Amino acid sequence: MEQTIRKAPLQCRVNGQQVEMLVKPWQTLLEVLRDELRLTGTKEGCSNGNCGACTVIIDGQAVDSCLTLGLEADGHEVTTIEGLANGAELHPVQQAFMENGALQCGFCTPGFIMSTKAFLDKHPKPTETELRTGIAGNLCRCTGYDKIIKAIMSITEK
Amino acid sequence: MATVQDRKYVGQSVEKVDALERVTGRAQYGADLYMSGMLHAKALRSPYAHARIKNIDTSKAEQVEGVKAVITHKDLPVPSDTATSFGGELMIALKDLQRLTMAHDKALFDGHTVAVVAATSPDVAEQAASLIQVEYEPLPPVGDVVSAMDDSAALLHEDLFTKTLGDPPTKASNVATYLEDGRGDMEQAWKDSDVVVEDTYDTLMVHQGYLEPQACVARVDGDGTVNIWTSNQGTYNVQRQLSALLDLPQDKMIVTPMEIGGGFGGKIYTILEPLAILLSKKSGGAPVKMVMDRNEVFRGTGPGSPAHLTVKVGAKNDGTITGCYVRMVYDAGAFPGSPIAGATVVSFGPYKCENMRLEAYDVVTNKPRVQAYRAPGGTPVGFAVETVMDMVAEKVGMDPLQFRKHNAVVEGDLMTNNRPLNSIGLTEMLDEIEKHPCWTSTLEGPNRGRGLAIGFWLGATLTSSSVIMVHADGTVTVTTGQVDLTGIRTTMKQMTAEELQIPIEDVNVRVVDTNSAPYTDLSAGSRSTWTQSIAIQRAAESAISQMKAHAAEQLKVEPEDVEYADRRFWVREDPEQAMGWFDVARNSVRRGNGPVCGEGSVTRVQSAPTFGANVADVEVDPGTGKVKLLRYTCFQDVGCAINPVQVEGQIQGGAVQGIGWSLYEYYHYDEKGVMRNPSLLDYRMPTALDLPMIDTVLIEKPASEGPYGARGVGEVPIVPPPGAIANAIYQATGVRMNKLPMTPENVFWALKDNGNGK
Ligand code: FES
Ligand code: FES
Repeated sequence: MEQTIRKAPLQCRVNGQQVEMLVKPWQTLLEVLRDELRLTGTKEGCSNGNCGACTVIIDGQAVDSCLTLGLEADGHEVTTIEGLANGAELHPVQQAFMENGALQCGFCTPGFIMSTKAFLDKHPKPTETELRTGIAGNLCRCTGYDKIIKAIMSITEK
Repeated sequence: MATVQDRKYVGQSVEKVDALERVTGRAQYGADLYMSGMLHAKALRSPYAHARIKNIDTSKAEQVEGVKAVITHKDLPVPSDTATSFGGELMIALKDLQRLTMAHDKALFDGHTVAVVAATSPDVAEQAASLIQVEYEPLPPVGDVVSAMDDSAALLHEDLFTKTLGDPPTKASNVATYLEDGRGDMEQAWKDSDVVVEDTYDTLMVHQGYLEPQACVARVDGDGTVNIWTSNQGTYNVQRQLSALLDLPQDKMIVTPMEIGGGFGGKIYTILEPLAILLSKKSGGAPVKMVMDRNEVFRGTGPGSPAHLTVKVGAKNDGTITGCYVRMVYDAGAFPGSPIAGATVVSFGPYKCENMRLEAYDVVTNKPRVQAYRAPGGTPVGFAVETVMDMVAEKVGMDPLQFRKHNAVVEGDLMTNNRPLNSIGLTEMLDEIEKHPCWTSTLEGPNRGRGLAIGFWLGATLTSSSVIMVHADGTVTVTTGQVDLTGIRTTMKQMTAEELQIPIEDVNVRVVDTNSAPYTDLSAGSRSTWTQSIAIQRAAESAISQMKAHAAEQLKVEPEDVEYADRRFWVREDPEQAMGWFDVARNSVRRGNGPVCGEGSVTRVQSAPTFGANVADVEVDPGTGKVKLLRYTCFQDVGCAINPVQVEGQIQGGAVQGIGWSLYEYYHYDEKGVMRNPSLLDYRMPTALDLPMIDTVLIEKPASEGPYGARGVGEVPIVPPPGAIANAIYQATGVRMNKLPMTPENVFWALKDNGNGK
C-alpha cells in the first residue's frame, strides 16, 4: 500500500533549474513532471513507450519519460518542451513546425520536437530515410508525417 | 462578396493561430487541468465479452483510505425520455447510451465499464477498483456479424427486434436494422451485361487512433451547476447528452472545450463525462478528473465499424456499367447504430448507373459500440466496390482510369439515394490524374504495381453559429461554440477578415463554453469550415449593417444610402462624405443602437459532395508478403481551399489513416471475444518509416452553396486507400485481396492459395 512506502529524495535540473523534492519510488518521470511540477507540455499517449508523446531530453539523449522512473533522473539534466525556447525566441525546430503546418491537433508535437532536437543535435544533415528512422518512435495520427518531414528538412537544408 | 482574384485571406496558407501554444507545450488538453482538492477516477472494466452481472460488491473498495466515492449503474438516474437519440454521424438511443456508460444487468464487451472509483490519487483509485467484487455468469460471445446473424447465435439484447419496412418480426435478433434501396430493374441489368463480377469482402474493427486518450474534469457546484471540461468534438452535443442522461437542465450544464488531441469521429458521444459528474456529486462537489490509459482507449471507447460485404457489378463490353448491387453487413458493436447510412451513400457514389440495389444490415456483436471514423462506413464499402470496379475494367479490356472516366457521375446524375448531385468536380479530378506523372510515368521492376481507386463523401450539414463583436477600437472578436478540431479558429479568422474587409491581425476567434455562445453542432462530418463559412458571412453582414446604421446617423443620411468597403463608409451620392471603420466603431459604443454585435447561424443547407482519388505504387515481397509503398498521390476536389496548407494536411492525414487500415491495423479478438492487442505496440499504426511522401493535388470546382464554394475536406481522404493499394497489389502479383488489413501474413497466404500469383 502506498501509505507504507516512503517517498524518496530527487535532485535534478529541470529546464535549467535545480529541483529538489520527494517522490514516490514508483512514480515515472512523466508523472513527476506533470503531476508534481505541473509541466504539462509533456504528453501521455500510451504510458508504454510506444508513441513518443512523452519524449524529454536527459543529458542530450531523447527518452520516453513514461518508461523512466523519476528517481532515475537524480543528478541529471532534464529538458522538456517548456525549456526549449530561449525566452520569447523559439528553437529552430519549434519555428519550423509552426511555419510548415507540421502540426494539427498538436498532441504529438512536444514529443516530436524533443525527439527531433535530440536527433538533429547528433545528425545535423540526415537523409530522408535516416530522418524517418530517427523519428520513427514518435507517432502522429493527424499529419501523415509529410509536413513534419518537410519541416525538419527545411532546417537541415539551410 | 469578393471575387476569387481579390480575396485577401481566403485561399492563403495561414499559420494556425494556436500553433505557438502547441509548439511551446502551453496548449491545454483535457488531462492538463489540475484543481485544488481534485480527485482522480479509475474504472473497473469487464474482462468478459458477454456476461450476466449477478452482483457487484463495492464495500472493500469503499474502505480504502483515500477513496471518496464509488459508483455503479445503480447511481445512474433512469432517464425520463428514453426515446431520444444522439449522434451527429452515428446515432445512439438514450437507453443504449445509458447501458453503454455503465454495464447494467449484462457486460456486453471486453472493457465495458462496471464500476468507477474516485480517490485522492490515481494509484489509490486503481487499487481500490481492483478490490471491487463482481460476480459474473459468462455467456457465449458473439464475435462477428456473420455469426451474429446465425439463428443459433446468442442474443445481446432480448428486446432487440429488427427494424425493417417489411412485416414486424416476432423474434428478437442481433440485427437491429435492415435497409434496402435502389432503382431500375436488376434482372434486366444482369441480362444486359456482357460481363458480371461478384465477390465478397471482409474488414476488421479498427481504431481512430487519436493520440490523446479521452480525458475530462467535472465539478458540481453548491447550486447544482455542473461544470465539465472535456476534449470532445462538440460541447453542445455533450451538454445535450449529459442533461438527458443525468436529468439536469441545460442551463446548469456548462461544458468547456479543452484542446482536443485528435478525434476523427471517435470523440462524439460521452464516455467519461457522466461518470466524473456522478463521482463529483457523490463526493460532495470535489473536482473529479478522469483520464483513460491506452488500453482503456482501445477497449472502452468507440472504434470504427468493420463490415462483411458482397458486391456485384455488370457492364457492357464498351465499359458502360449496367447494374450495381451491394449487400453490406456492418458491425455496430454492443448497441445498434453502425454507419450503414454513410456506407450506402458512399458505395456506388462515383458511378453513373440506372439499375442499383443496396441492402444494408446493422448488426450488434460483443465489441465496443462503434463511433464514427472519418467518412463513417465509407472505407470498407469503398474497398469492396473499387476492387470490383477494377476487375470489371480488366474484363472489358479497359484501362482502370478510362473505365472510371467512362462511368463517372456528373452534375444532375442521381446519387445512390436517388437524389440529384449538385455541382461536382469528379470529371475534372479524373482529367487531372490522366495528366499527372504518378499515372503517366512507367513503373519498372519486378513485383511492383500501380493501383487507382476513387471515393465519395456527402458532407454533413447541421447547425452552426457565430457571433461577431466589434470593439470600440475597431478590432473584432468572434465567439463560437464550434470546437477547434482541425483548425477552425484559423479558417474562421481568415473568413471574418475577408467578409469584414479588415486586417486579419484585428480578428480574434474564441471557442467558448456552452453557456457563452449560441448553439452549434459538433465538429465532424467535414462540416465545420463549410457551414461556418455561411454563418460567418451572415454574422459579418449583420455587423456591417449595424456599422452602416451608426455611420448613417453620424453622416445624417439614411442607412440605405451608406456604402462600405475596405474600412470606409461613405454616402453613395456624395462619396466625399465618409467615415473610417475605427471612428464608427468608437462611436458605436456610445450612440444610436449601441455596441455592434452580429450573429450568424445556419441550419439546413445543401450538402456539398466530395470526391477523392488515390494512386498507389507498391512493391510486394513474395517471400514474406510485405507490401512496401513506393509512391502515393492523393487527388481531391476541395471546392475552394480556404487554407491550403491545412487542407493538404487533412488529406495526408486521412490517407495515412487509410493506409494503416489497409496494411496494418486491426482489433485482434480471441475466441472468447477478448482483445489481444490493446496497446500501440501490438495495434500497429503507421510510423514515418513506413511511408513515402504523400503528394496532394487539389482540384477547386466550387460547390453549389456557400460564399467561397468550399467543400468539406476531412472525410473522403480515408475512402480510397484500401482499394488503391489492393489494386496495386493485384498489378504487382496477379492476386486479388478480399480482406483487410493486407498484412504480410494475409498477402503471403493469398499468394500461396493462388499458386504464387502471376
Ligand atoms: S506516453 Fe511515453 S511513449 Fe507513449
Ligand atoms: S498533430 Fe495530432 S497526433 Fe500529431
